[in-house]
Amino acid sequence: MLSFDILLAGVINGLAAGAIYVLVAVGLTLIYGVLHIINFAHGSLLMLAMYGVYFLFRSAKLDPYMALPIVMAGSFVFGYLLYRLVIGRFSHGKDENILLITLGLSIIIDNAALFLFTGDTQTIDVPYAGEIVAIGAAFLPVAKLIAFVAALALCAALGLFMQRSDLGRAIRAVAKERQGARLVGIDVENVFAVSYGIGIACLGAAACLLMPSFYVSPSSGHAFVLIAFTTVVLGGMGSFLGALVGGFVIGITESLGGLLLGEQLGQIGISLIFILILLVRPTGLFGGGR
Amino acid sequence: MSRVGLLALGALAVACVLPHLLGSNYAVNVVTMILFTAFLGQSWNIAGGFAGQTSFGHVVFFGTGAYASTILHVSHGWSPWAGWIVAIGAGALVGLVIGVLSFRAGLRGSYFALITLAFAEVFRIVANSVEFTRGGLGLLIRADPRPENFQFRNPIWFYYLALALVLASLAIAFWLTRSRFGAQLAAIRENEDAARALGIDVLRAKTVCMTISGAMAGAGGTFYAQKYLYVDPSIAYGVEKSVEMLLVSMIGGAGTVFGPLVGAAMLMGLGEITRASSNTQGLSLIVYGVILIVIVAYLPDGVIGLFRRRSGERGAPRA
Repeated sequence: MLSFDILLAGVINGLAAGAIYVLVAVGLTLIYGVLHIINFAHGSLLMLAMYGVYFLFRSAKLDPYMALPIVMAGSFVFGYLLYRLVIGRFSHGKDENILLITLGLSIIIDNAALFLFTGDTQTIDVPYAGEIVAIGAAFLPVAKLIAFVAALALCAALGLFMQRSDLGRAIRAVAKERQGARLVGIDVENVFAVSYGIGIACLGAAACLLMPSFYVSPSSGHAFVLIAFTTVVLGGMGSFLGALVGGFVIGITESLGGLLLGEQLGQIGISLIFILILLVRPTGLFGGGR
Repeated sequence: MSRVGLLALGALAVACVLPHLLGSNYAVNVVTMILFTAFLGQSWNIAGGFAGQTSFGHVVFFGTGAYASTILHVSHGWSPWAGWIVAIGAGALVGLVIGVLSFRAGLRGSYFALITLAFAEVFRIVANSVEFTRGGLGLLIRADPRPENFQFRNPIWFYYLALALVLASLAIAFWLTRSRFGAQLAAIRENEDAARALGIDVLRAKTVCMTISGAMAGAGGTFYAQKYLYVDPSIAYGVEKSVEMLLVSMIGGAGTVFGPLVGAAMLMGLGEITRASSNTQGLSLIVYGVILIVIVAYLPDGVIGLFRRRSGERGAPRA
């Protein structure tokens, strides 16, 4: 039987991984909550942002944490334009069209990355890569601890932005009632594009926090697609609190699944949770009845 | 005989003599893979096109068929021909189970797409972890090219097998354009609630449709395993094949009889051209992603729709 210490270490590791999932999922749930679309290109766009971090480090020797504002801003602009020029224009407002268009985008992005960057795995070599802190029974790389704290801070900032700022209020208004929002003078199409941009900016942040302890290859996005959807579905599509709780639950499930079932079979927990939630309670833990 | 009937007979005659005109085994293999991809695409099209149930994990049926016949053959000494029947049944069973579970839970549209993706992932992880699939090593079928082993020295026989599969799948698709059942599926695709209000047993129709579709993809799995004599979890349950099935059908024309065939010829043709002009991977799929977006935006009936609109012919029941 596994000792309590090992389990505790597993939970702590899971929480650290979960923080990143939260950040990825928050972007996805925002896009779903406002636009009511499933952004299948989410994983591919994360991969693209990770390459952005990688090239900034390689060419400008920019530390990934220093690059955070730049990558976030760049991701926002990219996402905004992607919505304005492609997704919004080609979907004619049909949900299933958007699913297929974002699938098409992910095919294009993945294969363009394969074409331009080759299939090799790339890592960046930061000076603090080997540093480790002890938390209780767990030994956590500093990079993961930073990612944990920063991810939570960013989520808090996003929550505050959504609650307090005018733009946040406009986004929530559009999410609740499109027609009404249009009637009171909100530029709905612009809010859509901005929301998509913010969702992608969250991916930019996730990329900066991931790169010091992770690697990137054109297929990196795949690893996150199902995890992100599981997190969002578990928490309830469109719910921020859900994404927060869901991300941590998924992180811990993955970590403990790996401990109990081994590396290979351990991954099954996430997919099983996903299927069970969809079958039993598709509105998720915190989703309203839609 | 009608003009269309003559045209079909002519096309069949050309298809029968085609491999003898091609000259090289390589060319025969390419054409075989076009037919095979069209067959798998038709399997997707039955569910995704005719019934509008967009699946992102159709590979789950293909992989289950491939593993069923290969495990029976390699580990239990079954003939792959007998295994093929089991594979078709296994594909149908998985289709039935996934259909019943998802449709009873009321999953539609994007949610259905996501759950099929997750099912394929579960199967992939299991195949990667358990003993009887030999995990990530995969299963190797011993090369012994005799017809009773479902292996042929001359690739022409695989061509004729693929041709037979395509003809069978075309017949099923054609039946869907003419039959009451096909009309029910079209009604469900266009407006599920209205279809239910009309008294259509929506759950049953969708589940039967998934079962047929699963049986077809399961049959494809055995064909693939016997052609390449190898199965592993990423071939059998990788997301790439699911996407390929969706692509050829969507681009050729979802919900049309010949859409997957046209889409497969385009995908494979494009792949051959880009492979000949450069050694880098991915180029053809970039083009294909772009085409997918254009199709979704402007041509809901796919490439087939282009010709149909021009000739003014009334098409398959697709609004």
